Formats: sequence, structure tokens, C-alpha cells
Amino acid sequence: MTSRWFTPWLYLLVPLALLVTFTYLPVVDMVSYSFTDWDGLSPVSDFVGLGNYVDLLTRPELFQVFAVSLCYLVGSAVQIVAALYFATVLSFHTRFRNLFKGILFFPYLINGVAVGFVFLYFFQPGGTLDTVLHWFGLGPRLWLGNPDLVNWSLAGVSVWRFMGLNMVLFIGAIQSIPPDLYEASDLDGASRWQRFRHIIAPGIRPIIGLSAILAISGSLSVFEIPFIMTGGANNSETFVIQTVKLAFTFDKTGLASAAAVVLLLIVLAVTWAQRRLFPEEAA
Amino acid sequence: MTRAAKYLSLVLGSAVVLAPLTAILLTSLRTSAEMADASPLAAPGNWLNLQNYVVAFTDGHMLRALWNTAFILVFSVAGTVLIGSMTAYAVDRFRFRFRRVVLGLFLIASLVPSVTTQVATYQIVNTLGAVDTRWAPILLYLGTDIVSIHIFLQFIRSIPVALDEAARLDGARTSTIYWRIILPLLRPAIATVVIIKGVAVYNDFYIPFLYLPDDSLGTISTSLFRFKGPYGAHWEVIAAGAALVIIPSLVVFLALQRFVYNGLSAGAVK
Repeated sequence: MTSRWFTPWLYLLVPLALLVTFTYLPVVDMVSYSFTDWDGLSPVSDFVGLGNYVDLLTRPELFQVFAVSLCYLVGSAVQIVAALYFATVLSFHTRFRNLFKGILFFPYLINGVAVGFVFLYFFQPGGTLDTVLHWFGLGPRLWLGNPDLVNWSLAGVSVWRFMGLNMVLFIGAIQSIPPDLYEASDLDGASRWQRFRHIIAPGIRPIIGLSAILAISGSLSVFEIPFIMTGGANNSETFVIQTVKLAFTFDKTGLASAAAVVLLLIVLAVTWAQRRLFPEEAA
Repeated sequence: MTRAAKYLSLVLGSAVVLAPLTAILLTSLRTSAEMADASPLAAPGNWLNLQNYVVAFTDGHMLRALWNTAFILVFSVAGTVLIGSMTAYAVDRFRFRFRRVVLGLFLIASLVPSVTTQVATYQIVNTLGAVDTRWAPILLYLGTDIVSIHIFLQFIRSIPVALDEAARLDGARTSTIYWRIILPLLRPAIATVVIIKGVAVYNDFYIPFLYLPDDSLGTISTSLFRFKGPYGAHWEVIAAGAALVIIPSLVVFLALQRFVYNGLSAGAVK
């Protein structure tokens, strides 16, 4: 290289400035706010040590939001299984393959607010879902009004929205498996299940691992759909909704920061676990 | 598994996807009188009743929302391409002190989900005086997009260094090499980044909701969200608003299907 020593830094100046300002500085600030009682507005704040963390971990609402995350986690499991099924089916000769793939995938591209409204209408008492269920002789339910049911309804929306993305990623991975493996298994008389179990599943293990990790961190950081549809009312508050409300509605920046630090630590731990479980595989 | 079961499951899956969307489409074409007594899946009296779309478009300020979203989208996407490609060029084509540190900073940053740090990010954007300006989302979309940098980094490695060297022997400066050789050859990566970034910005709700509370700065997402109050009882108008937002996504998807699928696969396996 004959260029001067500072040449690469000229290209990196703006990207690094943005990276530090909007990724690293917030993390540092957030950790420091989490030890104070700052309200986000006043020029002064007091150091409260671990007070916010103690407060957070002893609030009964905390367990509530983690219980809500569990519903989304179950939803994610359903989503991955359904995506694996449809990806396997659509990877082999099927009529109208592209049409089915397109339909199943399209929800992922829809604006989140539009998805929220589509399902607010769908779940309305006497709405589309109740009407369809009535054809099969099933009674109406308060899909969003019943506190025991609301999180399952919302997790269902999440499956509806994201299943297609998982499916497309799985299809991409399945297509990179060498086709002669299938031919060999056909000659050996393998059943479709055996073909899935012994060729497809091992072949796309890294992307399944990545999807599982994204499902866990995604379940913890759900925000958009419940916020738009219920505003977190009626037992449907998630961790991020709670944090946003603490910070921007109740001006408890210190406490909200502590909550965000806890979430960040959990997400980092999950990611670290993934790197340990699926070492150096593509992801 | 028999063939019948396979097709049955595909048809069933498609029905589950399409039923809620069909209900919205049918509802958007109804008159408010029809709303009172029709079942959600009943056909509208007049299939060409676009009255609700007119109300949603004008009273919902969708033109303004479209303009705001387009403004943010153009700057974010163009900026992301420049920043990602410049970073990839600097890190991949130069050997310099702290190179590994810089690379590490970008790699580690991809582990921090930006949804968790907004409490503190808000204070920084506020200090910069950018809250309630369209620059707030632009800066955030530029500053927190690590995936694009990964895509460019991965792609630039496949461009032979011999091309740069030949140009340098001809006396080209590094800026000429970047603009004339690297950037044009990165075209497939640029297409990928434009699509995933474009979809993400058009659909994002969280950032405009936090940083653009002013009505006149509503984006597609936040303007649609504001339908909730005034039209709470008028589902035919809300449905038309939702359909207005969904239609552009459908058009882009149908036109660019192959690029969308490829782009998403490239983005996920960063």
C-alpha cells in the first residue's frame, strides 16, 4: 500500500462516529443511568446504587412480563416447526410452488401497524374469526378481551407475520444441500420422514440454530404488535412495553435503564449460548 | 404423507394467511350503512366503492405521510449504502494499525439489539436537538445498521484485489478506485441492502413513534396508527387506510420477488 497512513481513517470517520454515537455511547449511558434516580428531564440526579435493580427484580409485574414472553416463545416454536414443514414441502416438486411460497411469505413484508389493525378487526367480537369458527359450530371468544387468552392471540399474530421469513430462509438452506444426497436416499428406499430427519435437518442445522436464538431474543423484545393492538392493557404488557412506559410515560429513566440493561444482558447471554452450541457455523 | 394431505396443508396455510387480509379488503369497500348489518366476510354492495379510500387518504394525511417516509427512506438507504461500502472498503483493502479493533467494534455492535438501548439513545438524539426532525430517524437508521456493513464486507472479499492494483499502477487515487471500481462492482450487494433497508424503513413504527411525535411529521406507520382514535368506530375507513399501506408492499413484492428472497437470505446469514 502506497497510500498515506490516514487514508483508511478518512473512509471510517463517519461510520465510526455514527457507530460510537448510536450504539456504544447509549450502552455506556444506559448503564450509568441505571444506578441513578434520574427522571430524564431535570439537570440533577442522585446515585442510588443497585436500588433500581432491587426494585425491578422485586416488582411483581416483572414476573408477569416474563410469563407473557413465554407465550411468544411457544408461538416461536410453533412458527419454526410450521416453517420447517412448509419449507420441506415447497423445496420439492409441487404445483403452484411459487404461488404458495409467495402467499405464505407475504405477511412478513406488511407494515406492523397495518398488521395490528388487520388483526384488531379479525379478532373483534363477532368479527372474522368468530364468523369462521361459527361455520364449524364453535362458539365466539373474547380473543383480546380475555386476559387468559389475549397473549395467545397476540402470539398467533406474530406466528402469522414471521413464519414466512423462517420458511424462506429454510428453503434457501435446503436448496444448498447437494441433490445427489436425495437421489442416494431414494435408491436406498428412505421414507420422506427419514429423508427429512437424516438429510435435510442436519443440512440446515446452522440456520435452525440461528432461528431458535432469534426466537428467544425476539420473544423477550416483543413490542410492536401488542403495543399497537392492546397498548399493553389486559395482561398483555411485554418487557419492552413496560420499559418504554417507565421511560417515556412515567419519566423513570433510571429504572427503565436498569430494565433495559437486564434485557440486554439476557440477550447477550442467549447469543453467547448460541455461539457455544453452534460454533463457527455460518451465522 | 400423501399428495392430497400435502396440498390440503398448503391450501389451509394460504387460507390462514389470506382470511384476515380478505376481511380488511372487503370491509374497505363497504359503505357505513352496510357496516351495521353485514357479516365481516360478506361481499360489499358495490365493488368499486372507493369512498373510504378517499377519506383515509385525505383525512388521514397519507400524502404527507408518504412524503415524510420517502424523505427518510431516500436518505437512509443512500447513506447506508455509502457508509457500509466505505467501511468495507477501508477494512478490507487497507492494512493499518487498529484494523482488527475497528472490525471487532462493528462485529460486537451487531449483538446489541437497538430496541434495548432506546432509553439512552433518546437522550443523545435529544441533546443533538434532532427530536421531532426527520433527521432523527435517518441518523438512527444509519448509525445502528450493522447488517448492511456485514453484507458489504462479505461481498467485497469476492472482488479481486488485482483490479485495485491495476488501477493504482495507472495512477488512480484511492477515492477514484472506490467510486469507479469498488462501488460499481458491489452492485449485487447494493441491491440486497436497498431492499432489506427499504422494507425495514417503510415498515418501522418504533423509531418514528418515539422520535417524531409531531403530527405533521407522521410517517406511513405513525399516520396509520393515528387512525385508531378518530376512526375507532369506523372500521371501513381504518380498513381502507391499512389497505393503502399494504398495496405498495404488494406491488414491490410482485415486481422484485427474486431480489426480495435473495436479499433476505443474504441478510440473515450475515
